[in-house]
Amino acid sequence: MKEVELNTTTINFGPQHPAAHGVLRLVVELEGEVVKRAEPHIGLLHRGTEKLIEYKTYLQAVPYFDRLDYVSPMCQEHAFALATENLLNIEVPMRAKFIRVIFAEVTRILNHLLNIPAYAADIGAVTPFLWCFEEREKLLEFHEAVSGARFHAAYFRPGGVHQDMPEGMEEKLFHHFKTLPKFIDDLEELLTNNRILRQRSVDIGIISKKEAIEWGCSGPVLRSSGVAWDLRRSQPYDAYDQVEFDIPVGKKGDCFDRYLVRIEEIRQSITIINQCLNKIKPGAISVEDNKITPPKRNQMKKSMEALIHHFKLFTEGYRVPEGQTYTAVEAPKGEFGVFLVSDGSSKPYRCKIRAPGFAHLQILDNLSKGHLMADIAAILGSLDIVFGEIDR
Amino acid sequence: MLDKLKKNKDILKIKEGDNLLELECDKNNILSVLKKLKENDDFIFDQLLDITAVDNPSRECRFDLVYIIQSLKKNKKLILKTFLKENDTIETIISVHKAADWYERECYDLFGIEFKNHPDLRRIMTDYNFEGHPLRKDFPLTGHTEVRYDDLEKKVIYEPVKLSQEFRDFDSESPWEGMNNNLIGDEKSEIKKD
Repeated sequence: MKEVELNTTTINFGPQHPAAHGVLRLVVELEGEVVKRAEPHIGLLHRGTEKLIEYKTYLQAVPYFDRLDYVSPMCQEHAFALATENLLNIEVPMRAKFIRVIFAEVTRILNHLLNIPAYAADIGAVTPFLWCFEEREKLLEFHEAVSGARFHAAYFRPGGVHQDMPEGMEEKLFHHFKTLPKFIDDLEELLTNNRILRQRSVDIGIISKKEAIEWGCSGPVLRSSGVAWDLRRSQPYDAYDQVEFDIPVGKKGDCFDRYLVRIEEIRQSITIINQCLNKIKPGAISVEDNKITPPKRNQMKKSMEALIHHFKLFTEGYRVPEGQTYTAVEAPKGEFGVFLVSDGSSKPYRCKIRAPGFAHLQILDNLSKGHLMADIAAILGSLDIVFGEIDR
Repeated sequence: MLDKLKKNKDILKIKEGDNLLELECDKNNILSVLKKLKENDDFIFDQLLDITAVDNPSRECRFDLVYIIQSLKKNKKLILKTFLKENDTIETIISVHKAADWYERECYDLFGIEFKNHPDLRRIMTDYNFEGHPLRKDFPLTGHTEVRYDDLEKKVIYEPVKLSQEFRDFDSESPWEGMNNNLIGDEKSEIKKD
């Protein structure tokens, strides 16, 4: 009998590996140092968010969205708020729309300021990580100023936003975003022409245009493959139809393109925020219907009716008419969608969350075949994987 | 686009929203319908966004299986629905949309819907050796087992769930709205709007 010798080694990458970006268990089959197969095992962070939401009122479901992709909390609340508003058939006031756009973009910058240096750290650069965290901290202060929390904001609620921006906030934002472009220039100086970064990311993990569409890629991953697709442009929601911005696209679809697209997206976000700050006017920040948004605190001290409304809203919640909707937003990582089914009660009957990272992680096996083991870390980093949203 | 969809006999029901089309079709035609939607130049729904299900235990066709697809060229999203009984199986759509792989695994894991000819139908979200399908409405929110580290055995062990406090499921829905006024004279209490 002929003996067949297998030259492959199977190893576990994660679930506790700093470059696995959370709790990814990757079973990698190697031939020497070349990857033959990479099989992701996910679900180690599965918390049953969708099941839990079925037992909560619509308002109580909002904080769960912060905890999905914990690097870009407000964008996900945005999707849920829009989906609920869709079913309720209400339109939020103009000021609320602008506030939402401003903070969705602040969140986008926050997300990219984490992903870019984390990616750089995966392939050997430590300094950007420290720089960006300082910058993130400044942005998180804006989060804290409007919502009271640095990360888990629960700020975008169905019907508007929770509270108005504090006084003087607009000027503060304006001044801050005057200085940020300089920081991005400095960051690029460190990274973009860095020889090691280029060696490690150019021509690594190429996704073609066709593949990107077929595999359900979205966001920067889709755009870096050369598809100019952005939900903010093609299906504008809130105030995105009132601002102008460019959509950066890549040429090759490799790790380096994905990095460049993200850098440019930060710059575009800054212009969007500046335009919003010029256009925003004082006014209401949520729909003035006490059946959906709670009355003001001082009203509750005087008006019995306001007190009843407040009590009913925070015990029973509001009832949402029967129906279903799929509403998606352009989250920093890609298309984040909420498929919401209501049976007419005050709790969602079913709430399916479409996470962009789920689709992106699925192509990892395809992308890493034939590359070296070390490139897996680069590919993972460039796909912007966060397990909160993938495992849900 | 709408007229051309209406001509297709496989599509049972059509509803149009702003950016969203809602279709229904029979479970046996799912592959051919999705193929037509993808390859026909009038539609080009070439990107699969999601596959999910909704559980309605009281109905005979218990599961609504929902396919969400998108056309980048036409800038449209589409929800395709089909209905399944508890033990029904449905053909996998991997041959049309590659991305369906993990989404079908997820549906199988959380709802127990079997996809015929799927190359690798394993659980994806839940723990290794998990039993049951959590997103079914008859699966309790607390689950059946819990884990802890056992100091004597020096390993993580599984035990039946013990709740130190009764599960609180307050029914705070107001009983007043929607009640039929069957009492004589009650109609006088209703405020006439016009």
